[in-house]
Amino acid sequence: MEQKTQEEDQIVTPWEVAAEKGGKIDYDKLIDKFGCQRLDQSLIDRVARLTGRPPHVFLRRGVFFAHRDFSDVLDAYERGEKFYLYTGRGPSSEALHLGHLVPFMFTKYLQDAFKVPLVIQLTDDEKCMWKNLTVEESQRLARENAKDIIACGFDVSRTFIFSDFDYVGGSFYKNMVRIAKCVTYNKAAPSFPSSFPHLFSGKDSLRCLIPCAIDQDPYFRMTRDVAPRLGYHKPALIESSFFPALQGETGKMSASDPNSAIYVTDSAKDIKNKVNRYAFSGGQDSIENHRKYGANLEVDIPVKYLGFFLDDDAELEHIRTEYGAGRMLTGEVKKRLIEVLTELVERHRRARAAVTDESYACMMGSRHAPL
Amino acid sequence: MGLTKEQLLARLQELQIVFSQYEHPVVLTVEAQDKKQRFYIVSALAETKVDLKVLSQRLGLGKGGLRMAPEEALAEILQVPLGCVTPFALVNDSARNVSLLLDQGFKSQECCFFHPLSNDMSIALNARDLDKFLNSIGKTPAYVDLEANPTVGKDQPPDLANLVPSDAAVLAVPVEKQGSSQGSEKIHISVNNQQNAVTGYICRMHHNDTFRPKLSSRNLLFVHCCDGQSMVLMCIVDLSLASKAVKPSNASSTKEKSSGAASSSISYADTDKFVEEILEKTKSIVLSEIKEENAEKYREQLATLVSNNISKLGVELKNIATIFKNTAYTEGFKAGIHHQPKRT
Repeated sequence: MEQKTQEEDQIVTPWEVAAEKGGKIDYDKLIDKFGCQRLDQSLIDRVARLTGRPPHVFLRRGVFFAHRDFSDVLDAYERGEKFYLYTGRGPSSEALHLGHLVPFMFTKYLQDAFKVPLVIQLTDDEKCMWKNLTVEESQRLARENAKDIIACGFDVSRTFIFSDFDYVGGSFYKNMVRIAKCVTYNKAAPSFPSSFPHLFSGKDSLRCLIPCAIDQDPYFRMTRDVAPRLGYHKPALIESSFFPALQGETGKMSASDPNSAIYVTDSAKDIKNKVNRYAFSGGQDSIENHRKYGANLEVDIPVKYLGFFLDDDAELEHIRTEYGAGRMLTGEVKKRLIEVLTELVERHRRARAAVTDESYACMMGSRHAPL
Repeated sequence: MGLTKEQLLARLQELQIVFSQYEHPVVLTVEAQDKKQRFYIVSALAETKVDLKVLSQRLGLGKGGLRMAPEEALAEILQVPLGCVTPFALVNDSARNVSLLLDQGFKSQECCFFHPLSNDMSIALNARDLDKFLNSIGKTPAYVDLEANPTVGKDQPPDLANLVPSDAAVLAVPVEKQGSSQGSEKIHISVNNQQNAVTGYICRMHHNDTFRPKLSSRNLLFVHCCDGQSMVLMCIVDLSLASKAVKPSNASSTKEKSSGAASSSISYADTDKFVEEILEKTKSIVLSEIKEENAEKYREQLATLVSNNISKLGVELKNIATIFKNTAYTEGFKAGIHHQPKRT
């Protein structure tokens, strides 16, 4: 029997992501290994039907590609039973990059499309412990990150954002302890509606849907195991692939290398510079070769990024065809990407400018969220 | 809070920039702004004549697009005290969207004098070192021939268009269209040094004039200039004022400050602005599509084409509508928590 050594396998855990040597992440293998399910076209069509609007670009392009129990959530929704969304961030650095924005952008779409409430958790306590920050610094980072999150355009009347330091206590804490008696892990509590009595009082059977990156699957699997023991529904998951770093698809983006990512604070000039200089190109090394062989779309980063952020399916298809055939050059693709990213970042910055401490206080305030 | 003078000097030393310090009378740099609340610092040598109208065109802002920025902008964006605008203010994060235009004449000077964030001192460094500092804070120095007056037209795009900041700075106190008192042609500057407070007046000038400072009093706006040998005061005036009569002094120089705690959220939930922005964006799409070439090309389909393009605007409009809603809701929340029930 062939033994595959540890190093040859790809590594996908919440702490580390690495492809098999020289390759890229094999998502099919991941789905098999984790035991979650593919988000197939029929499910996507169903979402479009239920929400009465075209499915989000991340669904169309297969960015969010796996799930657990999403169809159950849709079944319940069709019966008139709503659900709520839960997502979070560990505020460890001030700068948010595009990779961070992806889950929030998708969550916003889910909130708008299904008209459901959302809770956003800022795990400042965890970061304080693991990253050796002071309590005050973690809280400050949490507030700053919250503003960027709010700038993604969540509906303030339907969103509850909280930092662990500010909120943990009461029913939330009771759930934490109940869970801790089953398993040592604290991120599970927000998956249960009874943790938020001021939002969901009396609605203990409310389902929870969690958009996350697929490397979080192991965490939430633990939560799902615990849920029935506590008499709750298992939270459903909808999972995304990784947002590739600018320099290529060998893993995730890293906050420690500023050139591996586009940040929401980057100026138009920075974006232009970073894309032109650092975005890994699948184009050939000379124009003649490029015209002859075309670009390698599998590894080309600008085309991948356009896959995330260029909404127009027809235009993307055109670019992929022309570039793949060698009729379009890397420079043109990069130029289009720069336009798209600049507009995105600009829009975000504008929204960010409108977020004040009051907006944050408002979303944190204990009040009922209409369902 | 912005950096202090001491902090700036320490940073220069860290970068091993050699400079000399001189204590002497104040010199300031012009801060200008355009209609879209984007800010510019223009720093020039004494002899250089700077014409805001020309600069405005060269930046692609049209003929009257640039005028002097008001006092609050100075304090808030550059975080320097009055009378102290300096390229170094760009070290502050609040000034990250300010565009800096430097007189290319600096390059030929052995050194130039600038304020290190406070106006009781100046430091002389040469242009290379200024560049080093600017690069260290992520700014690219832009040296411009400030006196040049190239034609700007259909085939000659504005040569300084790339210096326009990519986004507007946000002020806590939104700067509305300036009232006439704001446009006071007398630019008052204060000149202070340690020995005595000298105040002078700078008279408005026609754009072709250079002018000489005479007296000034507590100032509205800025000033500045520097050269290799001495600190000289020079001022640039908004051209649109050229035709107005000179107005009397101090009463008009106190700006109307917007009512105390006006927060930025108010401008984001302003229904007028909101609707105007939607109309403006829609109009610009319609106008850009309805051209003679297109009328020929598309004929009956032109209406559909325009209509489709307007629909694409939907995403952007939804975003600004969300901002509007969130801001309004937040204000309601604020009002709610501050609500005091009536005593019976």
